[in-house]
Amino acid sequence: MTPLLHTKSLSVAFETPDGVVHAVQDVNLTIQAGTTVGLVGESGSGKSTLGRAILRLLPENAKVTGSVFFDGKDLAALSAKAMRDLRGRNIAMIFQDPMTRLDPLMRIRDQFIETIRAHDPTVEAKEAGQRALKVLADVRVPSDRMGMYPHELSGGMRQRIMIAMCLLFNPALLIADEPTTALDVILEAQILELLQAIMGRYNMAVLLITHNLGLVAEFADRVAVMYAGHIAEEGATVPLFREPFHPYTQGLLRSVIDLDTEALYSIPGSPPTLLGATVGCPFYPRCEKRMDVCKTVYPEPRPVGEDRRAVACYLY
Amino acid sequence: MAGSTASLRAYVITRVALMFPMLFLLVTFTFILLRVVPGDPITAIFREGTPPEVIDRIKTQLGLYDPLYIQYFRYLRDVFTGNMGTSILTQRPVLQDISYYMPATIELTLSSMVVAAVLGIGIGTFAGTRRDRLPDLGARLYGSLAYNIPIFWFGLILKLIFAVWLRWLPVSGRFSPRLSAPPTVTGLYTIDSLLAGDLRAFVDAISHLILPSLTLGIVLSGFFVRITRVNVIHAMGSDYVEAARARGIQERNVFFRHALKNALVPVITTMGLTFALLFSGAILTETVFSFEGMGRYVFQAISYRDYPAIQGAVVYYGILMVIISLCIDILNAFVDPRIRY
Repeated sequence: MTPLLHTKSLSVAFETPDGVVHAVQDVNLTIQAGTTVGLVGESGSGKSTLGRAILRLLPENAKVTGSVFFDGKDLAALSAKAMRDLRGRNIAMIFQDPMTRLDPLMRIRDQFIETIRAHDPTVEAKEAGQRALKVLADVRVPSDRMGMYPHELSGGMRQRIMIAMCLLFNPALLIADEPTTALDVILEAQILELLQAIMGRYNMAVLLITHNLGLVAEFADRVAVMYAGHIAEEGATVPLFREPFHPYTQGLLRSVIDLDTEALYSIPGSPPTLLGATVGCPFYPRCEKRMDVCKTVYPEPRPVGEDRRAVACYLY
Repeated sequence: MAGSTASLRAYVITRVALMFPMLFLLVTFTFILLRVVPGDPITAIFREGTPPEVIDRIKTQLGLYDPLYIQYFRYLRDVFTGNMGTSILTQRPVLQDISYYMPATIELTLSSMVVAAVLGIGIGTFAGTRRDRLPDLGARLYGSLAYNIPIFWFGLILKLIFAVWLRWLPVSGRFSPRLSAPPTVTGLYTIDSLLAGDLRAFVDAISHLILPSLTLGIVLSGFFVRITRVNVIHAMGSDYVEAARARGIQERNVFFRHALKNALVPVITTMGLTFALLFSGAILTETVFSFEGMGRYVFQAISYRDYPAIQGAVVYYGILMVIISLCIDILNAFVDPRIRY
């Protein structure tokens, strides 16, 4: 079966005045239709950049190499026009901070109509409004919010509206970049419940980008752990959480608050800067099980364990 | 939805109501300030050695020996009846003087604002969408040069090139003496000549306006280029622009409907304030081109401590300033739904 999305040695480098920043390096990631893949990592590990690279939304100073296949098509080969039409129609994206993601000067209705007509220019405003009402009902937003401006709505309401805009064309893939990080716990639960209901109803695959391991454990079918631009470990959620192989994944899981023990574990050291070329394993300086070989040659991911998950570590 | 429109109305009503106390304060402070500043009209006008009894007689005639509260109430009466008193220097009602100098200032203000807005928004947007590339560097250089150039010198250079060497445009003034001026309706030669159907007079009035408004407009555009550029860059990098792209909105619409509209909100405010400020006259530009406007009138009034003229001019600026800033605020409230009381 062709996967819905497949990245093949995808790398992203940013040209900056200080030098080249290697934000994403050699990432191979596969998402099957209708499944949820959790992409976890610390801030700055490149997970958001990866999400944007898929949609070709990166700024001009970003140099992308490798390829992204969606539905068997190489997205890099698409014209700018075809790529634009694909965004929002086949792959949609929601973001971390819903407060700033809607145009403050435009009514909600007009932002919906604009989105619909960007893909279907022949649709009349009235019909577009009706389509908007339908998806708004799916995210349980009252219809009178259509005439309002973003500042008149709460953060939770705005995130629901952002989600509703993603549903307009029933995309096959939703990239959710920290969708609940900016929301409080109660809203977070509501939005997640909503996302889950919608994933089922619309049969969407989701790339859930987050640093929240609990979220991933609950939602994702598969998990990819990102560290310093590389995927350290990737596999099915349950076995990976039960028995993490990569020392970084082990540290990450140990640093989750455990109510039975007093102490809070933290991985010693801090993540490396991604400036300039690196050799060897980026986790080497912080790793408790490091070996000499880790210092010089990057460990290519290889299948490990019964579930054959991909682990980039010489221990296996 | 209805709430938003209703609160816009409430906003406008509040703003209009606030105009009156503001104007009253302005009128009062002007009076106090003029009495506190050293010097008085008579000593400023008459040469040293004028017999003291002559000065005393004139001061008594002008009411300058009356208690301050009497002078204040007389001034308030003049303001409310609208004639603003009689100028000590010209011996004409201040209102009459202002209505003579005003049209020149209106013409110069409007035409130089058009120049400044077109150049400022145009170049600023062009630069902001090409950040750090060659056109942006050029635009930034233009912005700095235009902003920092001495207006007096720049006006003279333009005059030298276009009026003296090339002889394309008149050297100075508002109208050629060899033509007969159109009958006064508004006092604006451009409008009056059109009303009279006199095309030659219209062309003549416009040709006199070109150099002064280019001078003033280009200098002002330097600042507008800067703020437009910064705001366009800010808006293009904003979260809602990225989100709009992620929804597949066409780049043209992302730019015009989302980025540019948001970027222009602060630009409109700055332009409006500059616009209001220009009505107080552009003394340097007026001087270079012998353009008889408010700047020169007020400068003269201040030099001679012409109390009624200064007070009258300040009241008139005050009213204009309040009306224009009201218009800007209403315009902004109309564009930006977040601005409400």
